[in-house]
Amino acid sequence: MSDKTLIDMEAEIAESQKRENICLEENLIYRKPEDTLIDTPMHYCPGCGHSTAHKIFMEVISEMGIQEETIGVAPVGCSVFAYHYMNVDMQEAAHGRACAVGTAIKRIMPEKYVFTYQGDGDLAAIGTAETVHAANRGENILVIFINNGIYGMTSGQMAPTSLPGMVTTTTPFGRDVSIQGYPLRISDMLASLPGVAYITRQSVHKPNNVKRTKKAMQKALEYQKKGLGFCLVEIVSNCPSNLKVTPLQANQFVEDKMIPFYPLGDIKTPEGK
Amino acid sequence: MAKVLGEIVIDIERCKGCELCVDACPEEVISISDTINSKGYQYAITVNHDCTGCMNCALVCPDAVITVYRKVIREPRKTANVVEAN
Amino acid sequence: MGELKLMKGNEALAEAMIRAGCDAYFGYPITPQSEVLEYLAREAKARTGMVVFQAESEVASINMIYGAAGCGRRVMTSSSSPGMSLMQEGISYIAGAELPCLLANVVRGGPGLGTIQPSQADYFQAVKGGGHGDYKLIVLAPSTVQEMVDFVKLGFELAEKYRNPAMILTDGAVGQMMEPVELFDQMPRKTEFPEWATIGKKPGKDRNYITSLHIQPEKMEEINLRLQAKYKKMEEEEVRYVTMDTDDADYIFTGFGLGARICMKAMQIAREKGFKVGLIRPITLYPFPTKIYHEIAPKVKGILDVEMNAGQMVEDVRLSVNGKTPVEFYGRMGGVIPSPEEIFEHFIKTFIEGGK
Repeated sequence: MSDKTLIDMEAEIAESQKRENICLEENLIYRKPEDTLIDTPMHYCPGCGHSTAHKIFMEVISEMGIQEETIGVAPVGCSVFAYHYMNVDMQEAAHGRACAVGTAIKRIMPEKYVFTYQGDGDLAAIGTAETVHAANRGENILVIFINNGIYGMTSGQMAPTSLPGMVTTTTPFGRDVSIQGYPLRISDMLASLPGVAYITRQSVHKPNNVKRTKKAMQKALEYQKKGLGFCLVEIVSNCPSNLKVTPLQANQFVEDKMIPFYPLGDIKTPEGK
Repeated sequence: MAKVLGEIVIDIERCKGCELCVDACPEEVISISDTINSKGYQYAITVNHDCTGCMNCALVCPDAVITVYRKVIREPRKTANVVEAN
Repeated sequence: MGELKLMKGNEALAEAMIRAGCDAYFGYPITPQSEVLEYLAREAKARTGMVVFQAESEVASINMIYGAAGCGRRVMTSSSSPGMSLMQEGISYIAGAELPCLLANVVRGGPGLGTIQPSQADYFQAVKGGGHGDYKLIVLAPSTVQEMVDFVKLGFELAEKYRNPAMILTDGAVGQMMEPVELFDQMPRKTEFPEWATIGKKPGKDRNYITSLHIQPEKMEEINLRLQAKYKKMEEEEVRYVTMDTDDADYIFTGFGLGARICMKAMQIAREKGFKVGLIRPITLYPFPTKIYHEIAPKVKGILDVEMNAGQMVEDVRLSVNGKTPVEFYGRMGGVIPSPEEIFEHFIKTFIEGGK
């Protein structure tokens, strides 16, 4: 016979269900990374995918234990201050040139993990040549490409990846493809190059997408370790401030409009997609 | 029989009230408060104890303000010999 | 005595780079200096294992230089005038981030696409700062193939001492001519790197980051004041120049690089004809040897500045002379090289017959 009465047991259960008895270190299942994500407020707008991408990438670096072997290159754009949040050695590149800077770092120190983190203007407008040539050479680096179809930092101009009809400050009547050309599916273009090992398109607007993006980042770093070639993780993302909508509405725009144009999934894998 | 209990702790000073967590939570645990933090954001708060520790909120949170706890409770089986309290 | 070899200027530059233990060269072909990249591509890897890399443009090259310099490595690139223009943004970033590197501009006639013939018309770009912002390059002007070799070693040392980009400002003639050179012994590649280099966060230490972005104006001013203090120190301690026959001179010929070399012959002609002419040849164009002009100017009747441009260094000569003696200019442009005879004739016309 049990020493405890039913009432005692129920009291015990009620007690253990109290918040303070759940929020104990032994029950912890998720806390933001304390080693690789610098504990400081991020300047990004509420709901911005940049913050999410920073967070999960730093989780990957922490979980893989490669903080001391990683060197990153920050772009010009909203994420120009990426080095204030990522606790790894980093260099700030000139606008568009991150792939050139990353190439040099990797050529000098092939044993390190090297990544660039770039937006759509940095990678696919001013930096197109550096991006294409790094991919063509099969530079053994990871490029994290945040594609939100707009220029965030400079307050909302058209990007090479802006959708047809999209209203921006430089396309106030909507992007007209006969004048401004078509949106650039740069990831699909790069995938045609033999030096490219892995290109995938993901997003961070829903929990499952966040999980998949994190896995993609980890895979890309594992491929880098094996020396398989150029890896790019594109993250189709939002810009609530410049679309002048709430974060949830901006994510709905990602779901309804961006993703149909930039479909998610692996575009090229080393196994041969 | 096991019961999964979750709880989240929100760093309200770092929360920007973007509401992504509110939308992501399958149990409607999270809502936006009427008060603001020192940056002027109306921050997220928990409004019930239905959390299962699924981590959806922490996954989507851009600013990494959510810490998640999960505890599995084993509920006791009721036996025939129950001694009633006097 | 070091190894003696007959070498072309551009190849001597490359050979000196290898011997100076250079870790990486990122460059792009452009006439008249493509031999630098080609020589390194043939020779370097087997000898020191340095990275030699043909980039897709000069824009990419200079940003690769930035990346490798940020890792604490000894790095160099070379180009010629139009390519150097493309590098200006990157050079400003390198100066702003306080990274050391060595550049070489084998100047050709311009402006625009110009000609492949030699010129000295990039003095302003090099010395007054072709990129944006308040920064200076340490600028060395060789006039012989030997100096091409010597200034590689000196350039690396100065760049690393001051954490500032340095430039060898030469031209298509010195780059292409062949002269005997004495080569210095092979120096070892670096195995230790500065504590600010981005080579991977060290345990227990803060990680490093390299940037030239300082949004707060007070911080940006602080950085600028630090740069200015560096430049002041360079002006006090790193001035280099050559004087010839200035003790008894009535007139001075002056110029830099190839221009100064032609002046030496013109000076010889003048002396043979009974005119006491001396020479001042700046080696560092920045920091400019202001003092020597200032000292000599009151003792002479005039200075003739000869350059292969429309008159660039002559402005700094005039500033240094500060009105103490007449300063006249003779220049040929667009890739034309002046002859010693025409320089002497201009001297006669301007100072002797012209009564200046």
